[in-house]
Amino acid sequence: MSYKLNNDVRSALFEYLLRLGDDKLILGHRLSEWCGHAPILEEDIALTNIALDCVGQASAFLTLAAELENKGRSEDDLAYLRNEIQFKNLLLLEQLNKDFAYTIARQFFYSSFGIYFFQDLAKCKFEPLAGISSKTIKETSYHLRHCKEWMLRLGDGTEESHNKAQEAVNDLWRFTEELFFKNEIDELLIQENILIDSNPLKQKWRDYVEEILTQATLQIPQNENMQIGGRHGIHTEHLGHLLAEMQILARSYPNAKW
Amino acid sequence: MAELSKEKSEWKVWEVFTQLKTGEPHIHAGNVHAPDAEMALQNARDVYSRRNEAVSLWVVPADQLVATSPSDSGPFFEPANDKIYRHPQFYKIPKGVRGF
Repeated sequence: MSYKLNNDVRSALFEYLLRLGDDKLILGHRLSEWCGHAPILEEDIALTNIALDCVGQASAFLTLAAELENKGRSEDDLAYLRNEIQFKNLLLLEQLNKDFAYTIARQFFYSSFGIYFFQDLAKCKFEPLAGISSKTIKETSYHLRHCKEWMLRLGDGTEESHNKAQEAVNDLWRFTEELFFKNEIDELLIQENILIDSNPLKQKWRDYVEEILTQATLQIPQNENMQIGGRHGIHTEHLGHLLAEMQILARSYPNAKW
Repeated sequence: MAELSKEKSEWKVWEVFTQLKTGEPHIHAGNVHAPDAEMALQNARDVYSRRNEAVSLWVVPADQLVATSPSDSGPFFEPANDKIYRHPQFYKIPKGVRGF
């Protein structure tokens, strides 16, 4: 497929799509690690459903990225044959599952952002991207419903669940600033009228998260020590291990087929 | 969520009923464990309708269902069998009535 875009815009869009695709792919893989290990059968199915949604969305974003790049790479090449530094996902999403509260807090921070983010992106001027984004809204709102309800129950549940939820929120908070990361790539795409500038996004997210955490009797962390790096390919130590597991088959048996 | 804090034992069982098309009856699909109604709905959705099988879901606490017991089967259900006049087939069908 060919799109009428100049080279700068095309490569900016490619990079932007990698971010979106990598976010979903890494989160989806993390969630899939719960398969067979969740606290109860019903939750096992719920988490793997969300994992599948994420991997499906990743596939759509990476397919589009590969088409834009137009260098003969496929979505699978992008997913399985890139190294750590070439992955542009948010640090938040590569963090370990650790325990159920961590998994839920990670999902909650991301889905509550996603619900506003993809609504904006669904209005972007690059139609294929707008299309994928509007499809993800429905799934994202279910993911948010699920993890929001769990945040409330863990926070306002037993002493143990409350403490674990608070610990997860405190630990993961430092990765939330990166949700709103922007650099020259975003600026170029905004300038070219492809993306809309979504400044109020952070405030909307913050208001919503505060509302739910307060309802869940959890404290909003005061941590100002925010960590970013994922969008530049600078990751925490966890991503390498995840990639090793995710990519081993494709790298050991190139072009393997079912 | 005080109930949940006190109740540390296993979660309640909820019976799940799915409706496949608007206007059709809700049919029993199975059951799920859940701590409360909202989570029961979500679990039911994930277990019984994750491929869009249903357009509507009911969840009912299993302990709220009133059911006959196996020992009821005689007195409850049998009498009709030897009272053939209770079955419409007992009556002669007038000629001209088709597709009965």
